[in-house]
Amino acid sequence: MTGTAADFVWLAPLLALAGFVLNGALALWRPAAKTAVSVIGVGVLVGAFVVAVLTFRAFAGLETDVPLLFRYWSWMPVGELQLDVALQVDQLSTVMLLVVTGVGSLIHLFSVGYMREDPGYARYFAYLNLFVFFMLVLVLGANFAVLFVGWEGVGLCSYLLIGFWFTETVNADAGRKAFVVNRIGDFGFLLAMLMIFWATGSLDFGAVFGQAPAAFDAGGAAITGITLLLFLGCTGKSAQIPLYTWLPDAMQGPTPVSALIHAATMVTAGVYLVARCGVLFALAPLSSAVVAGTGALTALFAATIALKQWDIKRVLAYSTISQLGYMFLAVGTGGAAMAAGIFHLATHAFFKALLFLGSGSVIFAMHRAYHATHSPEDAQDMRNMGGLRRFMPWTAMLMWIATLAIAGVPFFSGFFSKDEILAAAFARGTVHPQWLVFWAIGLVAALLTAFYMTRLMLYTFHGPNRTGERERQHLAEAPWMMTGPLLVLGVLSAVGGLLNLPALWGGNAWLHHWLEPVTESAVVDAVPPLSHGTEWVLVGIAVAVAVLGVVGAWRLLKPAGLVPAREAPAERGFQRVLRNKWYVDEIYDALIVRPIVWLSREVLWKRVDQRLVDGAGVNGAARAARAWGALGTRLQNGQVGVYVALFVVGVLLVLWRAIG
Amino acid sequence: MYERWALTALLVWPLVAGLGVMVLPAPRARAAALVASLVEFAISAPLWWTFVPDGGMQFLADYAWIPAWGIRYTVGVDGISLFMVLLTTFLMPLSVLGSWNIPRRQPAFFGLLLILTTGMIGVFVSLDLFLFYVMWEVMLIPMYFIIGVWGGDNRLYAAIKFFIYTMFGSLLMLVAILALYTAAGRATGTYSFAYTHLLSQATQPGPTAWWLFGAFFLAFAIKVPLFPFHTWLPDAHVEAPTAGSVILAGILLKMGTYGFLRFALPLFPGVALHETVQFAIVALSLVGIIYGGLVAMVQPDFKKLIAYSSVSHLGFVMLGIWALTLQSVQGALLVMINHGISTGALFFLVGMIYERRHSRMIDAYGGIARVVPLFAAILTVVSLSSIGLPGTNGFVGEFLVLLGAFRHYPVATAIATTGVIIAAAYLLWALQRIIFNPLTDPENERLTDLTPRELLVLVPLLACIVWIGVYPKPFLRRMEPAARALIEQVRPAPLP
Repeated sequence: MTGTAADFVWLAPLLALAGFVLNGALALWRPAAKTAVSVIGVGVLVGAFVVAVLTFRAFAGLETDVPLLFRYWSWMPVGELQLDVALQVDQLSTVMLLVVTGVGSLIHLFSVGYMREDPGYARYFAYLNLFVFFMLVLVLGANFAVLFVGWEGVGLCSYLLIGFWFTETVNADAGRKAFVVNRIGDFGFLLAMLMIFWATGSLDFGAVFGQAPAAFDAGGAAITGITLLLFLGCTGKSAQIPLYTWLPDAMQGPTPVSALIHAATMVTAGVYLVARCGVLFALAPLSSAVVAGTGALTALFAATIALKQWDIKRVLAYSTISQLGYMFLAVGTGGAAMAAGIFHLATHAFFKALLFLGSGSVIFAMHRAYHATHSPEDAQDMRNMGGLRRFMPWTAMLMWIATLAIAGVPFFSGFFSKDEILAAAFARGTVHPQWLVFWAIGLVAALLTAFYMTRLMLYTFHGPNRTGERERQHLAEAPWMMTGPLLVLGVLSAVGGLLNLPALWGGNAWLHHWLEPVTESAVVDAVPPLSHGTEWVLVGIAVAVAVLGVVGAWRLLKPAGLVPAREAPAERGFQRVLRNKWYVDEIYDALIVRPIVWLSREVLWKRVDQRLVDGAGVNGAARAARAWGALGTRLQNGQVGVYVALFVVGVLLVLWRAIG
Repeated sequence: MYERWALTALLVWPLVAGLGVMVLPAPRARAAALVASLVEFAISAPLWWTFVPDGGMQFLADYAWIPAWGIRYTVGVDGISLFMVLLTTFLMPLSVLGSWNIPRRQPAFFGLLLILTTGMIGVFVSLDLFLFYVMWEVMLIPMYFIIGVWGGDNRLYAAIKFFIYTMFGSLLMLVAILALYTAAGRATGTYSFAYTHLLSQATQPGPTAWWLFGAFFLAFAIKVPLFPFHTWLPDAHVEAPTAGSVILAGILLKMGTYGFLRFALPLFPGVALHETVQFAIVALSLVGIIYGGLVAMVQPDFKKLIAYSSVSHLGFVMLGIWALTLQSVQGALLVMINHGISTGALFFLVGMIYERRHSRMIDAYGGIARVVPLFAAILTVVSLSSIGLPGTNGFVGEFLVLLGAFRHYPVATAIATTGVIIAAAYLLWALQRIIFNPLTDPENERLTDLTPRELLVLVPLLACIVWIGVYPKPFLRRMEPAARALIEQVRPAPLP
């Protein structure tokens, strides 16, 4: 207890939970009460945001480097294991708290307009509130187990919201895929927890991180195993290679869900986890390199796929995977780059939420237009769009801001955060050359990012319109309930760089300094700072790459040559490989999913269980017993001669035993 | 006073009430059975508050029964059996209420349910091995009739298989009990079936100990069931009426793991902790967890799926028991309780939808969340608890088992942890095909949502799912001393 507003941090998750309970009850018994649902659903989030702001101010006022711990009740007290339900407020969790509740509030507000006509409105807000509850538990949890509650809880909400329109098999499939793939990651998380506990005797962050340097040999097998298993969890939750495949499918959910869960918050949980466990990763250089390398590779790989997608949300989905890759490159680099990773997490939350919500507005308008004429066309296919800026100028303008931000054009928010990550990777490369490779990969991915985002904007908002003659009259800007939140996110995407304006640009690197108590313990090894000259050169390269991507796309791509999706020819050659996402889903399906199902059904169940164990074993024993019995019946056949003969044999046997 | 008669009352009351219910006219029998089972629960409830967690036996009652052979009526509970007794008395009223509209011969059905209660509680409280054996067999008979008379199409096959299979194991156990009895009698001059007496003579391992352990092992392994002794379970589960499945899964399976905890481990610690035995049992537990889960995944019949999932859950229990750490044993006890609650709830839910639609096939459904949202919501919550979502009871149990087991069997525990992936795969797939996906069968359009009576059955179970998930301390606190005592009793034994 500190006697400040921070003591009431529990109110933030509790408000969200209350929203879930109330909206859940309404969903079951009063689904038509949409006004009440909106007031509750948005109200609790705004309330949580207020709590977040007050907590942040109170904590900043304390000027302490030590996390505030709040223990509520004893959860699993068993022998050496003393697990409490406890929350922790520190520099990292307050930043996450603000991002989650702030961006979350805007997206809840947007949802009021977007989901208005949906019969599952109350259920939608119940799930969304529940998601925020678990997300807050995740970022506030003071030990691995409480974090894990949030970790799996957000996965549950993601599952429920991806499959929100559950009457279509593809949606329900996508939800289940998300959950199961995440569980593969959670398997790693669970094992890591077990190893941490038996190595340090605790699961509390404070105790674990405090004892880690003594409990583990730096670079040893134990700590490397733990951190790699934790990272396996991250690849699931944050959609990195090899477990990223669920995220593109997750786009089956309502678009605001994609913005909140699958772009701004939940998928960044893995980045948060690595940052939180910076001490552990610092002890395992191999794992740090794996994190950074996987991040860089994912950034590039996902960007290549984004080049050839036609579904506007799928482009954004692969873009999210790619941007998450940058964040992992940052936190894997360690030290000050941790702050850069969190910085990118925040700016990405702004511009990617804006892009998703903007695409939501576009889909909303397209859907309304097709709905008006009962056309069966795909409302998300960019080939059916084009020239939309004339119909929705606000959305077009705001999405351009976000595009420039993600492309890394100066001086939008993403420029600063991405540049900082690449600079940190380069700096580490001066000591460990493999980081130079990561830096180069990141640079190529940045080029592709600028390219595919410009492509998205070009095909959606520019050139001739391909929606259709009759439909065109119904295209219009979304209501202000939806455009309003976009406007706020637009401002944040534009100026979000101020959060951490580096000294190079005359800033005070606020976020960097704010996070220092958390990141200073995560220093891997001393990396000499880059000279200002080198930094300027790096900035120059990054800007050149961004501009090249944007201008290149603008010059190379010809939206005028596009035809609506219905008439479009199939891609050929390498384009088709990209369009089909390098066939990774098909490969996983053929190598893992189908063999397991086949093994279970044909071998384990039908052969082993039914034929061998039950057929030959159990029923075989029964048959043997019956046959033995039948033999006995055969003897008792009523023929006196047989009885006499047997009697004589018996007597002889007895005599033989008696004499011999 | 309560301490003296509580357990005896718990044994006598359902037997008397059951016989009474049997002679009542049909419409009143079920109400009487509900009242009787609630009274039983009321008698047991103070156990929770008055139990003192000190590691010893409490609520002891001890009377001579057949003095000539050293057979006594000795009953008592410790922190292990306490929860099994409470789980039984908790599930019985729900089972009665859940069988409210069972067709045919209601008085006999509800009477048998009550008599079954006596047998089950008897198994958990007996501290005389002869009494234990009697109770173990007593419980088989009502269950045999419940499956054989009120079961599904293939009920006779399932009932006989269940009966003979269990009987086979328990007869060997009887031989082992008699052998223990004579050996202890010869060694001390006192011929007695008392648990404490036999326990005091049980520390010398030798060839006999191996044979005796083998007999106990077989009896309990069939009951758990451990792979490959599990095939009676899918048949019995599927064919049994709802209450039968709930009790089978909720309580009868726990008799196997309880038997290991109470008898097989403390009586033969040397054998149980022998390297080969440890390896074999841990291996069979892992096979159960993974094989059970994979086979569950491909079942077209939802009840069979749940049956195989039980094999998987009980694998966790066995792993936890054999790892013999405080966390793993308490985790195993919690999984035993949780499995009773969550799997019980799943069987109730299947039964409820079966009463409406007369199909257990997963393919017969699809998209029904739109028609029966409350049913769908509760099925989702229960499924999530069954796959161990943190915040539900399932997580606490499995987590403690894995955490504790990791200390002695890190590799085996890592393999067992894959069970959490498989569980998500089979249950969520089934869930999707039942409540999500397009609603194609017009018959499902006419399904009606849960009635107040059905909610009354499910809400207590849901409350436990959340309670144990969020605040398991009251449970853990009561079982810790008993678990500690067990470990201290078994662990220091010299390895043969």
